[in-house]
Amino acid sequence: MKDKYLVSAAPHVHDGSSIKNVMWNVVLALVPALVFAVYYWGLRALMLSLTGALSAVIAEALIQKWRKVPITVHDGSAFLTGLLLAFNIHVGAPIWLPMVGAVFAIGVGKQVFGGLGNNPVNPALLGRAFLLASWPTRMTAGWVAAKGGAISGINNLSRIATDLPSLSPKAYELLTGATPLNVAKTLRDTSFVAEINAKAGGLELGSRILSSLTEMETLKSLFWGNIGGCIGEVSAFALLLGAAYLLVRNIIEWRIPLFYIGTVFVLSFFFGGIGENGTSLMLPFFHIFAGGLLLGAFFMATDYTTTPYTKTGRIIFGIGCGLLTIVIRLVGGYPEGVSYSILLMNVFTPLIDKLTMPKSFGKVKK
Amino acid sequence: MRLKTFPGGIHPHDEKHYSAAAAISEFPPPARVQIHLSQHIGAPSAPIVAVGDEVKKGQKIAEATGFVSIPAHASISGKVSKIAKMLHPTGISSLAIEILSDGKNEMIELIDDPNYLELDIAEMKERIGAAGICGMGGAGFPTLVKLSPPEGTKIDTVILNGVECEPYLTSDYRLMLERGQEIIQGLKLIMKIVGARQGVIGIEANKPDAIASMEKLVASEKNIFVQPLKLRYPQGAEKQLIFAATRRKVPAGGLPMAVGVVVQNVATAFAIYEAIRYKKPLIERVISVTGKVVNKPMNLLAPIGTLFSELLDYCGGAKEAVGKAISGGPMMGFALPSLEAGMSKGSSGLVLFDEKAAHKMQEHNCIRCSRCVDVCPMNLIPTIIANAVKYKNLDEAVNAGLNDCIKCGSCAYVCPAQIPLVQYIDTGKIRYAEEQRKSK
Repeated sequence: MKDKYLVSAAPHVHDGSSIKNVMWNVVLALVPALVFAVYYWGLRALMLSLTGALSAVIAEALIQKWRKVPITVHDGSAFLTGLLLAFNIHVGAPIWLPMVGAVFAIGVGKQVFGGLGNNPVNPALLGRAFLLASWPTRMTAGWVAAKGGAISGINNLSRIATDLPSLSPKAYELLTGATPLNVAKTLRDTSFVAEINAKAGGLELGSRILSSLTEMETLKSLFWGNIGGCIGEVSAFALLLGAAYLLVRNIIEWRIPLFYIGTVFVLSFFFGGIGENGTSLMLPFFHIFAGGLLLGAFFMATDYTTTPYTKTGRIIFGIGCGLLTIVIRLVGGYPEGVSYSILLMNVFTPLIDKLTMPKSFGKVKK
Repeated sequence: MRLKTFPGGIHPHDEKHYSAAAAISEFPPPARVQIHLSQHIGAPSAPIVAVGDEVKKGQKIAEATGFVSIPAHASISGKVSKIAKMLHPTGISSLAIEILSDGKNEMIELIDDPNYLELDIAEMKERIGAAGICGMGGAGFPTLVKLSPPEGTKIDTVILNGVECEPYLTSDYRLMLERGQEIIQGLKLIMKIVGARQGVIGIEANKPDAIASMEKLVASEKNIFVQPLKLRYPQGAEKQLIFAATRRKVPAGGLPMAVGVVVQNVATAFAIYEAIRYKKPLIERVISVTGKVVNKPMNLLAPIGTLFSELLDYCGGAKEAVGKAISGGPMMGFALPSLEAGMSKGSSGLVLFDEKAAHKMQEHNCIRCSRCVDVCPMNLIPTIIANAVKYKNLDEAVNAGLNDCIKCGSCAYVCPAQIPLVQYIDTGKIRYAEEQRKSK
């Protein structure tokens, strides 16, 4: 006898969520950051972002066609990967950069492993690492200041530069083309600070620059984003707006971002100070608003596939990301450490999961 | 009082508004009933009547076949017309006794024992056993067995389950509102039988009037109180309810008695009261017939064995095409191929979906979003177990907690990749049981 009604196993209801819904919601949460970028740098920011996103979509569709598997680009995950990749590139970059990066991210970062849900590390970050290794100068030089701001976030810094004679190339770069984190990094070189202090004829210029990094005015610039930086990372305000949306909609979970940012906060408070410019409560805020921390913590360290699924594991993951970020920023060779931290912790994810398997409810510890 | 609850869980739309306001109405004696021999967990009952026999309402027609088993009784008077396989409320085909009504609805003689609260415990148990009572919340464990813990087990608390956390269902809710006094008498009897010093009635906060009415009824009782609970599924699951109400954790693989608790559904407590006071067998129960497509959603006091199709007809039929018919609630109930099945002692609801709501899910790759992990009330990682079952790795599934899963379905409910997680896990449980049987 033919069944009169649909017969299937319980549960017979579902909350209506879907992968598509999740991915496009994350894209939506990135729109404020994109709007700010367009305001600061014009349509070129939009063009680069869309180039990244569409390149990823096309790459995924072609690879899936070639693999003879269903084409799933409508689920938004490739679009999101491409968009995030472009968000990690600055507006002065050539248009082929996000294109190449997106194709690499999708091809080598995701489809090689079997597509959505199988990639071991965040594809967008892998794409960025690839670009950084292949075209380091294109990725890290030629920062463009946002409309109404200075690249470093310190408004009178470049004016000082023109007033000073005979600057070394390093000092010139510091005063004219460095992002906030670059400035912080350069000033950790104490002999260099001594040198420009000497050149500036008793003005204690190095120390002045250092203290202006954590001044309210600079932090304000970092918060709103009228500085130099990657397309999607500059405005802390826009990113927090998007993050709040994702948290409220229950699309990302609080553990990873909280422990990531919390760790950065604590560590930068204790270890972020330089010389006599010791620690201050402004320092943690500088480290949280500068660079890609908020973009990373809320939008990339929360990538489902590449992060632990146990609750304890997510805490460890967040702390690990924070620790590595601070180590790279303060001790390592790069001014910024967010993307490498997340990539490294991605690699540890299976191990973390294995070590933090929960006990069933009511199970007694052996 | 502060609302208590348990870790994990979900908040499905409760959809109780369809039938919540409908007072319990008595279903008129049906023309025929199909009384299943497996309405409970344990050995099926054995028929003691033959085709052609005349039976009275309340007469025993099948007897228990062992300790973990219960008898069955005729729920109408008439003639046994068939003893054969018929559609069971779980959607499978199973042995049942069909009785055609003689229209007289003649009942066996009942008693009214004025001293029912003071009876010998052995006599109380005798009456519960004879009435054929099993858990009426769904699982259907023989009640007598549950009330007979091994010698030396100390039970200090009886929890009455008035949670009714399944969406749509309102039968327990209506029973608490309309038969509260009887339920409390039932609770007192259970407490006497197991020697418990306190009784707790757990009710979720979406039923404030049931909480208020029960609280009023127990106001003068020293050792019985109502515990309001935060709205959360699956709070009606035994281990979750025990934790919510008493903070005690039943050990994995263990029974509630291990923490000194016995849980009974409110409808079961009502049946126990009727069995001990009146020697009335369990031949009827309240069932919610509900859903968007039902013309007049109702809570019906209907004879066990009444066909679902007749219940729906009584509720004015369906407004539009039915896509799915669920016996029980939508989270753990069974989809029926047709409505020609006789309701059982555990049938708390018949929920009907329209064709739009009855769609099959499209399974995608797991994206490791961890939502199943966050909602699992048993603190498992459902996706690992489901995946192990999918790739036929039963050992790994067992290691990951296959046998701790209570099949509440929260994981499948929240999965954005729409993976039938609990369904895979259930398949794994069945395969594991088969393997265990074979290796014996």
